[in-house]
Amino acid sequence: MTAAQPLPTLEITALEKRFGETQVLRSIDLKVQNGELVFVIGPSGSGKSTMLRCCNRLEEPTSGAIHVSGKPMLGIPRKELDRMRLQVGMVFQGFFLYPHLTALKNVTLAQRKALKRPRAEAEARALEMLDKVGLKHKADAMPSELSGGQQQRVAIARALALDPKVMLFDEPTSALDPELVGSVLKVMRDLREGGMTMIVVSHEMQFAREAADRVVFMDGGVIVEEGPPEEIFGNPKSDRLKAFLSRVSGEAA
Amino acid sequence: MDFLDAFLNPEIIARYLPALIRAVWVTLWISVLVVISGLALGALLAGLRAYQKRWLSWPIVLFADLMRALPPLVLMLVLFFGLPSVGIILADWFVLYLILTLVLAAFVEEIFWATMTSLPRGQWEAGAATGLSFLQVLLHVIFPQALRMNIPPLVNRSLTISKMTAYGSVIGVKEIVSVAGSAQAFSGSATPLTMAALAYLIIFYPAMLLSRYIENRFHYEH
Ligand SMILES: Nc1ncnc2c1ncn2[C@@H]1O[C@H](COP(=O)(O)OP(=O)(O)OP(=O)(O)O)[C@@H](O)[C@H]1O
Ligand SMILES: [Mg+2]
Repeated sequence: MTAAQPLPTLEITALEKRFGETQVLRSIDLKVQNGELVFVIGPSGSGKSTMLRCCNRLEEPTSGAIHVSGKPMLGIPRKELDRMRLQVGMVFQGFFLYPHLTALKNVTLAQRKALKRPRAEAEARALEMLDKVGLKHKADAMPSELSGGQQQRVAIARALALDPKVMLFDEPTSALDPELVGSVLKVMRDLREGGMTMIVVSHEMQFAREAADRVVFMDGGVIVEEGPPEEIFGNPKSDRLKAFLSRVSGEAA
Repeated sequence: MDFLDAFLNPEIIARYLPALIRAVWVTLWISVLVVISGLALGALLAGLRAYQKRWLSWPIVLFADLMRALPPLVLMLVLFFGLPSVGIILADWFVLYLILTLVLAAFVEEIFWATMTSLPRGQWEAGAATGLSFLQVLLHVIFPQALRMNIPPLVNRSLTISKMTAYGSVIGVKEIVSVAGSAQAFSGSATPLTMAALAYLIIFYPAMLLSRYIENRFHYEH
């Protein structure tokens, strides 16, 4: 590595993942620089979720390496892994708010227990994050009282409150009614403007065009093609990407 | 008149009331101890089982199955009359407490375990992804949900097991049934038994009302 090249915020090196006999990821290499938004597209079953889940080891990679700001995610004791996970925020398709806790408590729990922040500080930070996603007035609401879009924004606040270096989004809007998608995308756009480093798996191609620095196309567990959104959408090279794009634009039309 | 005399004779009531009140206390504190320790032990066992280490899970499952399969009374008799022959003598109340606690723990473990495995995997993952340790996820994410979702069966089990303190009469614990039973034998009147029934009502009816209240209070949409 030369001195001119900055340390990637997230670096995936030669990542392989097998489930038993099934090879799901093969030699994935991806570097995400500070402040970059990398958008990941690909057909169902191509390994997008698995790649994200390997980054914070919800899925155990078969081989390869993951580094966050130069620090290894793999081959470290569980205690160290818990600390590293604080730096990698994750947003799930299914939100997974804790249903027995208010929005505020959802956002303070890990701050208090994992980061060991004092209560007052954690609550102040939680309110700040809820405000950022436009839900400060819902701080005392239970998840069951919130719409899907609101739940997802609380889930984003929950991850953000831990001051992660990178945020992973796995189809954050796929479970939402169409009219609620916009509110979540807006939050993501704001985040990007605030300089957050993000990897986004999604089918919102319009969002990719506007907000992505780079688009990565995966198929069959490999990265087939990557480049700026104009290139990927406007001038796809591989046949597989062309086929995929015509398929999704066909669905959208 | 004859009826009242047989079942609610004032003189007999007066004679045996003090002994019965003492018996109510015995029933009460053994029940409370059993419920507290049974819930705690059951939750602990379910928590240990969640670690999915075979050498931990296997004995826990065996324990839960045995304790649920065997009649508590048999276990008590074995402990109370069997152990002295190998030189271990346990107090009657302790045998009652111990067996009921273990039986309750077995049921609680199964109730908790069923819920813990039925919660979406995303609940565990959301906790882990925010840097919580396995134990923290268990304590702050999984257990509170398992507890709230299971308040009705947990309360029912607790009430059922509390009523089983009556088995103590067989091994000489001075709880309600045993005291009322000997009073009936001495006096030849059914009145002490009526008093026993009333005593159980006085203890368990409020407990049932309380459980209704708790069920409503902690009900939440999932
Ligand atoms: N726990 C698992 N056990 C076995 N196979 C799995 C497991 N998780 C995922 N797979 C398989 O790995 C492959 C990739 O799955 P993955 O969820 O990463 O795809 P994806 O690109 O996210 O798809 P989608 O767009 O449908 O979300 C699929 O063939 C899937 O069946
Ligand atoms: Mg997926």
